Amino acid sequence: MIKTLKVLAGAGAVTASLAYGTASHAADTIKVGVLHSLSGTMAISETTLKDTVLMMIDDVNKKGGLLGKKLEAVVVDPASNWPLFAEKTRELIEKEKVDVIFGCWTSVSRKSVLPVIEELNGMLFYPVQYEGEESSRNVFYTGAAPNQQAIPAVEYLMGEDGGEAKRWVLLGTDYVYPRTTNKILRAFLHSKGVSDADIMENYTPFGHSDWQTIVADVKKFASAGKKTAVVSTINGDANVPFYKELGNQGIKAEEIPVVAFSVGEEELAGLDTKPLVGHLAAWNYFMSEDSPENAAFIKKWHRFIKDDKRPTNDPMEATYIGFKMWSQAVQQAGTTNIDAVRQAMYGQKVNNLTGGVAVMNTNHHLSKPVLIGEIQADGQIETVSKTDGLVVGDAWSDFIPESKKLTADWTFPWVCGNCEKPVHLSMK
Amino acid sequence: MNLPRFLLFFWIAIILGGLSPAFADLGADTNKLSLKSTKTKILAIERLVASGDDQAVAILQAFLVGNLFVHTLDKTPVIGRPSPEGYHIKSAVNGRDLGTVKKTALKKIRINNKLRKIVRGALGGLTLLSPDRDLRLNAAKSVFKSHDVLVIVLLEKAILRETDDHVLAAMKRSLAAVQATNSTQTAVRLSAIEQLAAYTDQDVRTVIAEIVGKEQTSEAVDPVNPVRIAAEKALSGIEARLKIWGYVASIFQGLSLGSVLLLAAMGLAITFGVMGVINMAHGEMVMLGAYTTYLVQDLFKIHLAAYFDWSILLAIPAAFVVAGATGVIIERSVIRFLYGRPLETLLATWGLSLMLQQLVRSLFGPTNQEVVNPSWMSGAVEITGGLTLTYNRIWIIVFAILVLALVTFLIKKTSFGLRMRAVTQNRAMASSMGIRTGWVDAMTFGLGSGIAGMAGVALSQIDNVSPNLGQAYIIDSFMVVVFGGVGNLWGTVVGALSLGIVNKFLEPLSGAVLAKILILIAVILFIQKRPRGLFALKGRAMEG
Amino acid sequence: MNKEFAGPLTALITASRGATITVGLLLIVAFLVPVANLLVPETSVFHVPNYAVSLLGKYLCFALLAMSVDLIWGFCGILSLGHGAFFALGGYAMGMYLMRQIGDRGVYGNAHMPDFMVFLDWHQLPWYWYGFESFAFAILMVAVVPGALAFVFGWLAFRARVTGVYFSIISQAMTFALLLAFFRNDMGFGGNNGLTDFKEILGFDLKSNVVRATLFFCSALSVLAGYLLCRFIVTSKFGRLLVAVRDAENRTRFLGYRVEYYKLLVFTVSAVLAGIAGSLYVPQVGIINPGEFSPANSIEIVIWVAVGGRGYLHGAILGAVVVNYAKTYFTGALPEVWLFMLGGLFIATTLFLPQGIVGLMAKIKKPVFVTKTPKAALTLGVGD
Repeated sequence: MIKTLKVLAGAGAVTASLAYGTASHAADTIKVGVLHSLSGTMAISETTLKDTVLMMIDDVNKKGGLLGKKLEAVVVDPASNWPLFAEKTRELIEKEKVDVIFGCWTSVSRKSVLPVIEELNGMLFYPVQYEGEESSRNVFYTGAAPNQQAIPAVEYLMGEDGGEAKRWVLLGTDYVYPRTTNKILRAFLHSKGVSDADIMENYTPFGHSDWQTIVADVKKFASAGKKTAVVSTINGDANVPFYKELGNQGIKAEEIPVVAFSVGEEELAGLDTKPLVGHLAAWNYFMSEDSPENAAFIKKWHRFIKDDKRPTNDPMEATYIGFKMWSQAVQQAGTTNIDAVRQAMYGQKVNNLTGGVAVMNTNHHLSKPVLIGEIQADGQIETVSKTDGLVVGDAWSDFIPESKKLTADWTFPWVCGNCEKPVHLSMK
Repeated sequence: MNLPRFLLFFWIAIILGGLSPAFADLGADTNKLSLKSTKTKILAIERLVASGDDQAVAILQAFLVGNLFVHTLDKTPVIGRPSPEGYHIKSAVNGRDLGTVKKTALKKIRINNKLRKIVRGALGGLTLLSPDRDLRLNAAKSVFKSHDVLVIVLLEKAILRETDDHVLAAMKRSLAAVQATNSTQTAVRLSAIEQLAAYTDQDVRTVIAEIVGKEQTSEAVDPVNPVRIAAEKALSGIEARLKIWGYVASIFQGLSLGSVLLLAAMGLAITFGVMGVINMAHGEMVMLGAYTTYLVQDLFKIHLAAYFDWSILLAIPAAFVVAGATGVIIERSVIRFLYGRPLETLLATWGLSLMLQQLVRSLFGPTNQEVVNPSWMSGAVEITGGLTLTYNRIWIIVFAILVLALVTFLIKKTSFGLRMRAVTQNRAMASSMGIRTGWVDAMTFGLGSGIAGMAGVALSQIDNVSPNLGQAYIIDSFMVVVFGGVGNLWGTVVGALSLGIVNKFLEPLSGAVLAKILILIAVILFIQKRPRGLFALKGRAMEG
Repeated sequence: MNKEFAGPLTALITASRGATITVGLLLIVAFLVPVANLLVPETSVFHVPNYAVSLLGKYLCFALLAMSVDLIWGFCGILSLGHGAFFALGGYAMGMYLMRQIGDRGVYGNAHMPDFMVFLDWHQLPWYWYGFESFAFAILMVAVVPGALAFVFGWLAFRARVTGVYFSIISQAMTFALLLAFFRNDMGFGGNNGLTDFKEILGFDLKSNVVRATLFFCSALSVLAGYLLCRFIVTSKFGRLLVAVRDAENRTRFLGYRVEYYKLLVFTVSAVLAGIAGSLYVPQVGIINPGEFSPANSIEIVIWVAVGGRGYLHGAILGAVVVNYAKTYFTGALPEVWLFMLGGLFIATTLFLPQGIVGLMAKIKKPVFVTKTPKAALTLGVGD
């Protein structure tokens, strides 16, 4: 019985020891949380972004830090496990007391983080192209919204240069980004007079590796006598087998161009791109873009990662822009206080790596140029079309009836992410 | 593509008459290709073609493959090829060698799909009478979709001169297509459509479907349009035949998927089926094989670039050795302590699989590695127009058969196989007969792992080479082995092929996801009927 | 466990020292953590921060889940590699209730349908969502759905005498099929994103500390109740039969017992427990998505049990907490190499601690009482 009591007493001590980590928090550094999967299925894409943030932090520290303090990275691994993203966010904000978080890739990871970051009033920079239909007070979206990627790409293919496509295949992985993008695209195509009979939509599971049937179906659909184009929102791992099948079945870009929204230089690095020359990708950044900023960025990246062959890609640029904007906003606000920095973020400007200036809007989305590029034999993507000015990221698509009426504007008098009319002062 | 008529007159003039109008300024026209306006570019291409200069063909070919540049210093167009120091350049105007320059000294003249198509078509027209057989064949194919009546004249001329049967057939097919689309005489169109109706291929279907579409819109003018009626009939005939070929294609696709499953599962059929180890690290052995392929290819790129196409043949034994050796190490260090406790092997091998994934991730990085299809595994063979079989899939089927034969031979015909069977059937008895059971265990596990490694070579040809590669196949592999019957190699074969084929027949009906779900449910229900799989081992051995 | 089952609760608790400690510990944790979180001032060293409460709550859900696996694996020899499915189904049932609680506060302001249905252009709530606006109905479904699936699956499998590794693999196939099915957006469960953005439970704000502490308290009590139930089962005559089935299924059958009925019953109970664990998990982590169905998750549950000590109910609890704490710690402290640590832990456990941590402790301390697993139990052969 004494033993039993001893154990029970021990339990009290264990419970008490759970208070770990809350004790002291050194205020002489600014803490930057990095919430990217380093293991599991998403590690393939997200690890690069972790390194990008570390590189940017390194850069700022070399120049003396921010507000006279050094930046300190707090890296955690949410392991491609969505509930773990929420848990780690809580840990970063409550235990580590980070001042900002850079992280997430998939929509589901962002959705998982959202309630936590709103509850604790944190700040997240989300650097990946996504489906839109969201605007949180606590998130800045530096990747492309559908109107900054999908619609310009389809417009290009409809135009003279793109081959005047009349028939469309929408291929996607079965999750929210492709579903929403394709829904928007269908509405857009309808508005351009394309009938449902000329649209084929197909969804596959994550990591789908056997594309024989679907590629054969695309060929069949394309042989109906009208110029056909494929819009691919196929995600990550499934792309390599898809493109391999495409190349082997001899689908040439001149006949059936495939434009992809999730395939960048990093994905192409795992592929022999010679059979794919001419297929397209739409992003806000290509590594091949010729600008002094880009050259410097690539050089810095290669030095940091110690590998001259590592490509750069669009989410890296989005991370770069987000990080620069945040550090400018901190400097401007003179504090890392979330509310002050958020106010300072609006209208913040950073030079794009591809030329021009990105601007942060009050709907927490960026204005950026849109580039359409063709895949080259060396794995690069070269621009064939670039929007003349900047495109303002749209949180709520005009092509979805329910969201058409919504506005996201986090400044007075709106102060709202999804409202039909301004909230005015009634909020406080 | 509508090439302007004046251009075609020039072609005909050049080709038929040998006339060489050298009025184009090659340098200026080439530079125009780098301007922004698409119209200017097209005009420049037309002028280049019209020049009839051999150098113009070289310029356009370089343009097509992305080797055409403007020198940043003197703004002259050059044709460059990558070399170790940068680019080796030649003047685009006269082909003069200009030495090697750094990449930064050149600005690429970019092409896009529209221009690519125009250039290909133009080059096709220019080369229809070329002395090179392959060029003529390509030319005949590239004018297939030409929409201009004047191509007919060219094709007719070319057909008269043609001696090669294969090229001749391609030219006749193209001629019929152009006539059916564009001839002004209804009789010519009808006979061309009749000719086309005999083909069974997607491209011809496209052409006929286009005609049907066009003629339907002009229905108001002529309600009994003979061209439309003929085209519709031809279309339905072609579609019916294509459908039949579609089934053949499904069988091939099923066999191909089945052989991929078989390759992935065969190693597991040994480590799990024969030895009873629930080997969760099996997928990682496959992954190691794929990474070995990557490494071997990398070595070839650096040291033996000329023999690169054969790197994959060396990769097969290398993958076997790497994965096999890893298997032996695992068996000796972990598995051998767990015999008789198969469910615990599940935990240990799961731990191993996590560690191997992280090891590869640390060594090679988390991103995909590039494994190139050798030229003999790229592309496809066209059996008929309705059935294209890709070479990599054909070779994977062949490879699966070879591996299966090898494994069967090892197990049935060699003394090692005999010992292996003896140990798995009755360890104590085998041991007392003087068989070193520990050694046999290690070798058997090594064999299973090695086979998984070889499967990795095949999978590297169709899938990602990333640390997650193995995870994608582990469940399917277990399903195949259990479905076929544990401990029976033939069960695995039949299991893999039937799952593959059923999947491919379900997929068009239900979509890829639902097909997979249905198959899983079918396997679950099937196990109720035959709790020990398709080919269960009979007798007391299984009473355990 | 030789003692005849006598007197209800007290006997269960006092019969073994392990049980006494477990029950005591659970009670202490159940009361102490919420108090230390809500009443102790933040500056005090005894204050338990919010994130620790939700983290511990999560561990407790996993503990209940691990116990449900231990009940069938440790005591009846049924190795399910698909138990994550029951957990996830329970979670989805709760998630559906929480979704309906959002009402018109979703981004599209549609009171009749969740947001994801609105933008998928659905015009009507699918029939299987009916009733989930009621908490009582949802709680019922938390038990009924996993229970029914387990009953059907188990009925098919046990009746056909699918055993050993065959059962493990088809249970894995089951969870994999469910994973793929729930991934499909057409299923009406939110696809890959699953159900998220919950606002409140029974009218209480999910983000408030009191609700969080209450949920934690409920989780601790559920683990306690689950533990007592499992202990009741394994110490009863029924439990002894289960052990007999585990150790010699055919002999038990030859003695005239309808083995499949016993297995079916315990399998169903275990699935219900897993479902309850899932329903407590969802409001605490704020999201449920098909990832929970992934076969890797189910394998991990088995590993918790093995690490803690198979065949010991408190071992399952201990294993779940230890492994998950290790995961939390390593993913934060050693994000680049934590998989080596975790993988190494699993290998070391199987090699050096065949009976898990509890087994090791029992060995060291010369057990007063042995809730033990006979050696034979560890030799479940492929064809067993």
